[in-house]
Amino acid sequence: MTISLHGLTKVFPGGVRALDSLDLDIGEGEFFALLGPSGCGKTTLLRSIAGLETPTSGTVSIGGADVTALPPGRRDVAMVFQDYALFPHMDVTANIAYPLRIQKVPRARREARAAEVAGRLSLSELLGRRPGQLSGGQQQRVALARAIACHPKVFLFDEPLSNLDARLRLEARTFLKRLQDELGVTTVFVTHDQGEALALAHRIAVMDAGRITQVGTPAEIFRRPATTFVASFIGSTPMNLLPGEVAGGALHVAGAVLPAPPGLPDGEEIVYGVRPEYADLSAVPRDDAFPGTVAVLENLGTSTLVTLEGGGEDGDRLVQVVVPEGEDPPVGAAAWAVPRPDRALVYHGDRLVHPA
Amino acid sequence: MNTDAAGLGRRRAVGFVLPALVLIGVFLVFPALWTIYLGLTDYRLTGLAAADPQVVGADNYTAAIGDDRFRTSLWLSVQYVLGSAVIGQAVLGFALAWTLRDRRGPVRRIIEGLVLLSWILPSSVVAFLWIALLDRDGGTLNALLGTPGAAWLLDHPMLSIIVFNTWRGTAFSMMLYAAALETVPPSHLETARLAGASALQQLRDVVLPRIKGHVLTNMLLISLWTFNDFTPFLITAGGPEGRSEILPFYVYTTALRGGQLGFGAAVSFLILLINLVFALAYLRLLRTRDRTRDRDRGRDHGDGGGAVSGAGPAIRGTAG
Ligand SMILES: Nc1ncnc2c1ncn2[C@@H]1O[C@H](COP(=O)(O)OP(=O)(O)OP(=O)(O)O)[C@@H](O)[C@H]1O
Ligand SMILES: [Mg+2]
Repeated sequence: MTISLHGLTKVFPGGVRALDSLDLDIGEGEFFALLGPSGCGKTTLLRSIAGLETPTSGTVSIGGADVTALPPGRRDVAMVFQDYALFPHMDVTANIAYPLRIQKVPRARREARAAEVAGRLSLSELLGRRPGQLSGGQQQRVALARAIACHPKVFLFDEPLSNLDARLRLEARTFLKRLQDELGVTTVFVTHDQGEALALAHRIAVMDAGRITQVGTPAEIFRRPATTFVASFIGSTPMNLLPGEVAGGALHVAGAVLPAPPGLPDGEEIVYGVRPEYADLSAVPRDDAFPGTVAVLENLGTSTLVTLEGGGEDGDRLVQVVVPEGEDPPVGAAAWAVPRPDRALVYHGDRLVHPA
Repeated sequence: MNTDAAGLGRRRAVGFVLPALVLIGVFLVFPALWTIYLGLTDYRLTGLAAADPQVVGADNYTAAIGDDRFRTSLWLSVQYVLGSAVIGQAVLGFALAWTLRDRRGPVRRIIEGLVLLSWILPSSVVAFLWIALLDRDGGTLNALLGTPGAAWLLDHPMLSIIVFNTWRGTAFSMMLYAAALETVPPSHLETARLAGASALQQLRDVVLPRIKGHVLTNMLLISLWTFNDFTPFLITAGGPEGRSEILPFYVYTTALRGGQLGFGAAVSFLILLINLVFALAYLRLLRTRDRTRDRDRGRDHGDGGGAVSGAGPAIRGTAG
């Protein structure tokens, strides 16, 4: 089922504008991630789709039908909450079968269905237990099973992995992606973990202050972040974003002279962005590199994150570079960070101008 | 395991506890035992038996149980507890707490204020207000309903005191249930709503299982309080013709007005036994609930203990 939102606005009593005339179209069977910093309105958007929040204005359509006025129970969506919301007084079977019980499916049929879904999520051994007797990962799978059991048109997940420890999270991620692939049900997934969004989603919407800043595939968002906000948000190491100026047809950024993209007149201020992974470290001076002193080394396992401190007038400017395993420079040495021009991003007036 | 965590030693520990034990003994245990003893005598307020009471054995008890007036009183007390505590206060209190649960601002504060007012006003003031409300000639209720001359207190004495006590005690149930409803996670209610559950189904499947302990504790407290309640005496004095004479009034009229202290003590002891049965039944329900919970939770000993210990003071209150 497709989901479309038009001009969706939510103002909470007290004046907080959690959603600001937001438009979004989510395709049939798509695994769609909503990504953004805390408080940007992700949960509010998800709850508006579910019908748990009444929008101040705008419309929500599911499968082409306007559902803005429908109560949650009539929208045929299933939601998995961050705390899983399993009923503590019911065993696993009863929890999974609960939506079916409300739909008045006969007991034998709904228990068979619960057992079938539980088998698929490797919960067969646990059917008689109560939620209090399950681990976090098992509870998460029971919550998923409850969502799956009633064959909804849309799945809504609000940070379902955030209560799991790092290792389990990776496993659950793979599991979730495969499950969504098999079921082919349109899924909207809220996260503030950019790695999770990149790994799971077919498409990502990056949100900021109740608006959508950019929508695209993980590759698009990673390669061509539309604004410096998205650029700084995406990536496992923070992107280097350095202010600079256009002069004599070249970019002067933090002590480096770099080729300017066409169409930028002299004297314009720009922001030059390059990911630490897309810069190399040089031990000899170069014109097209940011000079600095090695200040901090952080071991990332298969590589090392090197932080260079700029010298002279811009002493508090930091540039980070990832170097391969075993090539760490000594702390305190002079070094030059060389950006790879084909991977560099140039923002003018907070809009991406290169690559065009 | 070392049981002497404070390191006081037996003698000093006894020294600390003794004053409290003496107080409990003098004001709780002794009167209770004295009541049992008096119940076995023909002690009277005045006359020969006042100076030299004789032990009469179980005569008072057989007399009470054989007395029609006692049995009528007991039946009226049961009506009073069921009507005003279990149905009135608990149901109305829950309904108020449930409707006000996500309401903020003036509406909620005004209703809470009104309900609380009935709880904090002194009994005598409240009784006077209700007499003024229900009065046959100048009563507010008759003025409001346009039924001049309707003698509510004479025609419907039980209904009057049941409504009165419902009004009087609803605040407690409302506040207890409001606090209990706060413990229901919104995501559980929302999961039920998304599954299409109606309000009643949400209550049955999500809310009530969660607040069962609170409901039982509340029932225990308000039934005991109501069973022993004397305040409506100020309104109907048990009349007319004993048609609103619940057990506490019966004890008062026979023991103090009628002067039969021995007989009154015997009836008091019967009341105490009835209270005890109530309390034990509730505690048993609470305990089975805790046991299922312990079995479910395994490691996690949650708030179940609070509910049980909450019932403690009520039992002591009735014994005193
Ligand atoms: N019931 C509410 N009443 C008033 N303001 C609210 C309410 N719910 C959310 N908000 C506000 O709306 C904004 C968006 O909240 P929302 O919960 O959607 O953020 P989020 O993106 O999900 O954040 P997080 O990643 O921390 O979960 C926040 O500023 C929040 O304070
Ligand atoms: Mg959220």
